[in-house]
Amino acid sequence: MDITIKNVRKTFADFPALAGVDLHIESGELIALLGPSGSGKTTLLRALAGLEPIDAGQILFGATDATNLSVQERKVGFVFQHYALFKHMTVADNIAFGLSVRDGKTRPTTAEQKRRAIELLELVQLKGLEKRYPSQLSGGQKQRVALARALAIEPRVLLLDEPFGALDAKVRKDLRRWLRELHEKTGVTTVFVTHDQEEALELADRVVVMSKGRIEQVGTTAEVYEKPATPFVFDFLGSVNLLAGDVQQGKLKLNGLSLPTDTKLSGPVDVYVRPHDLRLVEPTSDGLDAQINFVQRTGPLVKAVAKLAYDDSKVDIELGHLDPMALSLKPGTQVRLLPVSFGLFARMPHAAVQTLPDVVPNAVPEQRGDRARG
Amino acid sequence: MSLGKDQSLQDPPAIPAEFGSGPLQRRNAAITEPAWVRWLLIAIALGFLSLFLLLPLAAVFTEALRDGWGTYLTALAEPDAYSALKLTLLAAAIAVPLNLVFGVAAAWCITKFEFRGKQLLISLIDLPFSVSPVVAGLVYVQIFGAHGWAGPWFAEHDIKVIFAVPGIALATIFVTFPFIARELIPLMQEQGTDDEQAALTLGASGFKTFWRVTLPNIKWGLLYGVLLCNARAFGEFGAVSVVSGHIRGQTNTLPLHIEILYNEYAFAAAFAVASLLAGLALLTLLLKSILEWRYADQLAASRRH
Repeated sequence: MDITIKNVRKTFADFPALAGVDLHIESGELIALLGPSGSGKTTLLRALAGLEPIDAGQILFGATDATNLSVQERKVGFVFQHYALFKHMTVADNIAFGLSVRDGKTRPTTAEQKRRAIELLELVQLKGLEKRYPSQLSGGQKQRVALARALAIEPRVLLLDEPFGALDAKVRKDLRRWLRELHEKTGVTTVFVTHDQEEALELADRVVVMSKGRIEQVGTTAEVYEKPATPFVFDFLGSVNLLAGDVQQGKLKLNGLSLPTDTKLSGPVDVYVRPHDLRLVEPTSDGLDAQINFVQRTGPLVKAVAKLAYDDSKVDIELGHLDPMALSLKPGTQVRLLPVSFGLFARMPHAAVQTLPDVVPNAVPEQRGDRARG
Repeated sequence: MSLGKDQSLQDPPAIPAEFGSGPLQRRNAAITEPAWVRWLLIAIALGFLSLFLLLPLAAVFTEALRDGWGTYLTALAEPDAYSALKLTLLAAAIAVPLNLVFGVAAAWCITKFEFRGKQLLISLIDLPFSVSPVVAGLVYVQIFGAHGWAGPWFAEHDIKVIFAVPGIALATIFVTFPFIARELIPLMQEQGTDDEQAALTLGASGFKTFWRVTLPNIKWGLLYGVLLCNARAFGEFGAVSVVSGHIRGQTNTLPLHIEILYNEYAFAAAFAVASLLAGLALLTLLLKSILEWRYADQLAASRRH
């Protein structure tokens, strides 16, 4: 079932949670709503389920207008961050709940309900746990039961609200892969909310990046990461360096360095460069002179902070650990840097003020938490 | 063990790591007060409990049986006592189910929905706790009494409210109103609305959601509230005293009957009837303990998340 969202608006008190959202979700797609807290992603998901009434706009399931349908009529599977399993029911009863509350003739027999529950338990790889109570399950198991329960009603759409948010990192990673496989098996149109960019990029067909109740960019994972449409997306998805540049006759000027671009901008610009796009080049080629301040080797990556000679600003650099340049890097080394890929945006007054961390970058692999708060 | 004790004394930072798994001896030295302080605190607590809870209870039964079983049974078998018992049970039988419905409805409304004036409603529910029951009784007399606002209308239709069962039931309902709602509100607030929303997305109607999800989630709190409400309904004195009119054999509840007997210097009889009331209270507590013991597993499961 494909979903069309047309100019959906929702305001809480004075806070615009959704400020006019348009989106089309293809049938069978696995799509991520990604954004920091307060970006409106959960509100949008709940609006799709009918749990949050919207102020204006339209939501279509296929060709039917679902805007005014009740939660029950929408037939969506909803998975909550904290599972929301019924504590007083066994796993099997939880899964069969959606079947057991149907009216009269459409309600399957008890035996049929049980058969379906066991079938779904197998699908979520929890065979044999049907007689357990939720309190006897681990977090990951609970979330899989919640998913089986949502799938039992053969939903038109599956909606997941930060489904792995309450789980620890290892379980989260396993479940992510597992959910991807499950989606390929069932083919149900699936929308999930996350503030975790890694989760969104790893799991989804397409990512919807949201901020302040608006959609910043919609695209495949490669598109949003490699061609961020806005400074926000650039900043939210992965780490980024911000430099001040100038565009003259289609060329980017960076302190004497002149780089070809295809931009239509001209005048002062903000230059967004990812750490791994800031290459170390030979001292004889064109580039920006800098001095290494700090080096950290984390697994396959070498991360470094360099101070640019021309304005003393600091930039993050990333190299593969097999890179011949990486071996000789240490604090004090003079290097020459060349931005090989970058994004250009008209200079924003506030953006130029933003500076990179003064002493040590957050070089630990877990950069996610920090970003998420952004 | 003595070695462990020495260690913990010399090396305070090691104590937290040992906590819980270490031998009792070691823990005691590290985290508890000297023996005399402990015994003093225990003695104060026990003394207080005995003086204010156990002693009165014991006194009731001792006094009731002071003149022997014969007098005791005669006092209980008296038609007025019997009628008072019946009226007390009747008032509770009317008030408790009504407050069960009101309490659940109020708690449901307050915890599952957002609306203006919610705080005001919560305060209003507490009103019977803060207003003296006598005041409540007087209000009912003012409304339904012969010279009250609605009194003449009821008199025309030959309905007696004040100095009759309806008035007693009304007063009891007023006084016991907060018990169930107050028990449920914190519980339901903590549980949130996720379970209900999950049920709705699974296609359950509002009623089925309530019946199959909300009610099982709150049943223990509800039961506890009902027992408290019931105990209070049996024992209510002030409000009922104002609206009842103290007509022997007709509008006397057990607490009123006890007062009358006491005022007439029939101490043994007063205590005998009082022991009946205390017995009802003990029965309620016993019932609660049995249920808690019988369903301990479920209770624990529903408290865990």
